[in-house]
Amino acid sequence: MNTRAAGPGAAADATESRGPLGHRGVPGGSPPQASTDTVAVAAGTPDRAQPYRELGLTEEEYLRIRGLLGRRPTDPELALYSVMWSEHCSYKSSRVHLRQFADKAPVKGDSEGGTGRRVGGGTLLAGIGHNAGVVDIGQGYAVTFKVESHNHPSYVEPFQGAATGVGGIVRDILAMGARPVAVLDSLRFGPADAPDTARVLPGVVGGISFYGNCLGLPNVGGELAFDPCYAGNPLVNALCVGVMRHEDLRVAAARGAGNKVVLFGARTGPDGIGGASVLASSPFGGGEAAKRPSVQVGDPFMEKLLVECCLELGAAGLLAGLQDLGAAGVSCATAELAAAGGSGMAVDLDLVPLRDSSLAPAEILMSESQERMMAIVEPRHVARFAEICARWDVPATVIGAVTGTGRLEMTWRGEVVVDIAPQTAASQGPVYDRPAVRPAGQDALAADGPARLPRPGPGELAGTLLALLSWPDLADKTWVTEQYDRHVLGNTVLAAPEDAGVIRVDERTGLGVALATDGNGRYSRLDPYAGAQLALAEAYRNVAATGARPAAVTNCLNFGSPEDPGVMWQFAETVRGLADGCAFLGTPVTGGNVSFYNQTGEVPIHPTPVVGVLGVLPDVRRRLSLGFRRPGARLVLLGRTGEDFGGSAWAWAVHGHLGGRPPVVDLAAERALAAVLATAAGDGLLAAAHDLSDGGLAVALAECCLGGRPGPAGAQVSLPGDPFTMLFSESPARVVAEVAPGAEAALAALCQRHEVPVTGLGTVGGDRLEVAGCFSVALDELAVARAGVLPALFG
Amino acid sequence: MTTRVGVVTFPGSLDDRDAARAVRRAGAEPVPLWHGDRGLRGVDAVILPGGFSYGDYLRCGAIARFAPVMAGLVPAARAGLPVLGICNGFQILCEAHLLPGALTHNTGLRFIDREVAVRIEHDGTPWTSGYRLDQEITVVLKSGQGAYLADDVTLARLEAEGQVVARYAGGSPNGAAHDIAAVANPAGNVVGIMPHPEHAIDPLTGPGSDGLGFFTSVLSAPAAQ
Repeated sequence: MNTRAAGPGAAADATESRGPLGHRGVPGGSPPQASTDTVAVAAGTPDRAQPYRELGLTEEEYLRIRGLLGRRPTDPELALYSVMWSEHCSYKSSRVHLRQFADKAPVKGDSEGGTGRRVGGGTLLAGIGHNAGVVDIGQGYAVTFKVESHNHPSYVEPFQGAATGVGGIVRDILAMGARPVAVLDSLRFGPADAPDTARVLPGVVGGISFYGNCLGLPNVGGELAFDPCYAGNPLVNALCVGVMRHEDLRVAAARGAGNKVVLFGARTGPDGIGGASVLASSPFGGGEAAKRPSVQVGDPFMEKLLVECCLELGAAGLLAGLQDLGAAGVSCATAELAAAGGSGMAVDLDLVPLRDSSLAPAEILMSESQERMMAIVEPRHVARFAEICARWDVPATVIGAVTGTGRLEMTWRGEVVVDIAPQTAASQGPVYDRPAVRPAGQDALAADGPARLPRPGPGELAGTLLALLSWPDLADKTWVTEQYDRHVLGNTVLAAPEDAGVIRVDERTGLGVALATDGNGRYSRLDPYAGAQLALAEAYRNVAATGARPAAVTNCLNFGSPEDPGVMWQFAETVRGLADGCAFLGTPVTGGNVSFYNQTGEVPIHPTPVVGVLGVLPDVRRRLSLGFRRPGARLVLLGRTGEDFGGSAWAWAVHGHLGGRPPVVDLAAERALAAVLATAAGDGLLAAAHDLSDGGLAVALAECCLGGRPGPAGAQVSLPGDPFTMLFSESPARVVAEVAPGAEAALAALCQRHEVPVTGLGTVGGDRLEVAGCFSVALDELAVARAGVLPALFG
Repeated sequence: MTTRVGVVTFPGSLDDRDAARAVRRAGAEPVPLWHGDRGLRGVDAVILPGGFSYGDYLRCGAIARFAPVMAGLVPAARAGLPVLGICNGFQILCEAHLLPGALTHNTGLRFIDREVAVRIEHDGTPWTSGYRLDQEITVVLKSGQGAYLADDVTLARLEAEGQVVARYAGGSPNGAAHDIAAVANPAGNVVGIMPHPEHAIDPLTGPGSDGLGFFTSVLSAPAAQ
């Protein structure tokens, strides 16, 4: 008998006489290699030196593993713990703070039938701790969504780093039982004109385009921003949303002794193993290690097959448990499934289909090869499972079974190489309450406000607007978004540059969801607590501006090193601000991701929480978009304008100044504004709405004019108060809106009921943006200022 | 009787649901066809949808051309069955030699998702009979290898025989020869189009409903009766 179960033709194994899915029992043909470190060997060689430091574990953590096991770990066990206890997988530095998301989660009324918790937009069917949170949106539908970072790989290898970032988050959504229906991406790079940005940005955008387009998921929004702080640490955060029927919700747990553990999808290769720095001095890979890429390589075609295959397996009722393989690969999937099921699991690593037959057990456990999933399948369903996988040309292999031992046991060449309690790897890792200290320079930064900056006179306001529109952060992003398929699946109602992406969920009723991501590193640098709430408020407002009711939140927290007390303070303040904000707005955090160590040398990036908000639209035909529509229509500003220039686009882009206080947060005003917008959209009171954010009213007006339907539409505006403040202040809780014909009185009454200030701005019409007493600029001039910026930089 | 229009799903097909939706909106019955099955289930017409069949590895459409379903489709197409290839489907029809020419990388080498105007220049095909000659319609171009190319002799023949079905009205966005967006075989029953009419059937989710004409046209095609 062959001792290697895998190899070319593994897909065909499913139908061969060895039985479904190529399970050949325990191979016993050849003895363990001399170098194989088994449990028996480990017990007999307690003093053997182990490369725990090279694997990223501290001495204390290593000793803790020895204590848990009562012996030294085997090499494969050490590999497994090192990845499971990594910051990325264990959240060891963030966990003590992230608890607030659950502790402060908003609750409305009692849970219904024990299925979940009532929240602002509906029932939460699955919250933090799952692969992704699941929100009931009514009519029997649920949606699941999550944002995750792929920052470091995207700097090392922009194309594949970004591509596999999309692939990874899509599998998280798939693992919940949902059909992925859209992606968004939130990107930050170094200065737009920096040479390295010309390497990183086109690669990242190309990777997202390649993977998402080939996978067939519409890309409906996100962000693109530049700042010197991201020069060595670009941020690539990808969000995926999926839709399911309530009954399709999957659990990531291994239950039922005797049930089979099936690994399906791509074969396991040597890609993404810990990283070259880790492997270079470890004994696992020997001399080959240096050649092995630390960045995974994506195959979106396989992912597409995996998506369709998983959904068919689920519909056929063949999945007793489902888990994606992401960071930490087989280690994570087996340990988490076994830990969540409270059961045991026995895995034969010889059965893992390999692309490289020389992989050692530790490498198999650490590999982050893409496009793999793990299922728990009842024995009676294994044959049918194999049939469906074969239909989709997806290789599938039984690699083990659920046991009642409470242990995660793995064999290799007939010898036991892993024997641990799965909880110790999955949920009992180290937890650090790291020192957090408000940085010494924070007060000086706050004291250096924008009041000292020279402001443009009335005659210079047009120039200021044009300067902001040609600033890369605010310029036309078509160069990027045109590379993404936003039409596939046929349910995209709104996509970038609209405030939020809107996806139709039910073609008959028009039920749909809106999604936006936001984050402003400058605001967070000035005040991380307020910055987190401003990011939340903007994403919430973006969703509300389409007429959707915001329902739930996901987040990706991008920070420098947690070992820097100043960074840890930023992080703690961010989490506190976000948790408080979500509690106030009634939008629970359903999941997310933390990315630490985004720093080069001693200088961390700005604290950059990227907040994703999901909203529900009862009927997407009622959604609002940002472009002005009808000449003669009335324009209004909803919300209050204050002097908010700290961290503003104007201060930074025009003066290179970052200091003072960020805009004043007013979550009650955000909530009232969202209520007005949802009702106004549903009742047809508005023809267009656009959120005010970077660059204030001036930039928003330009965007509404240029985005006009069916074509660019001018506006005549007159402003109360100081024109500079009105045009460029970044006070939150504001939108500019076009009133539907004859709806002025109803809108005014609605706003009064919710105590939202309404300011008449003027009317739609003409081919210029005119601000009385200040300027009149041709729309063509505005368009030219915005349009050529990214093409000139990136070709 | 309701016209039955087959929509083939290859591994990696992406716009198959969208093609089926467009068929349904047009008042016909979409019939799913599987790449691994040779039979065409007695359909009146067939659509090869967009996507990345077999990952578009090797060359776009080059592997799909050998799928079992094509063994049934190619002779049926030669015998007059209306066949529409959209985007990747167009690439497959070229690889299968049901249509002349080939599709290659866009100039600029980037994927483009853009609403484009095309001019209908052949209203004699079963897929375009509902349009007026020279009618401009707005559809969705979304492709990385969408530039139509053929040698000069072939291009001259296409022009002379009136086989150019649609041309980009505002000039080629991707480097297509003669601004060609869609071509037909000499009989006119086989049409390949690079931009997507099935993504322009509803103003809610696309630029309008100009594309619906492709799917309503086939309802009255002689071969589809």
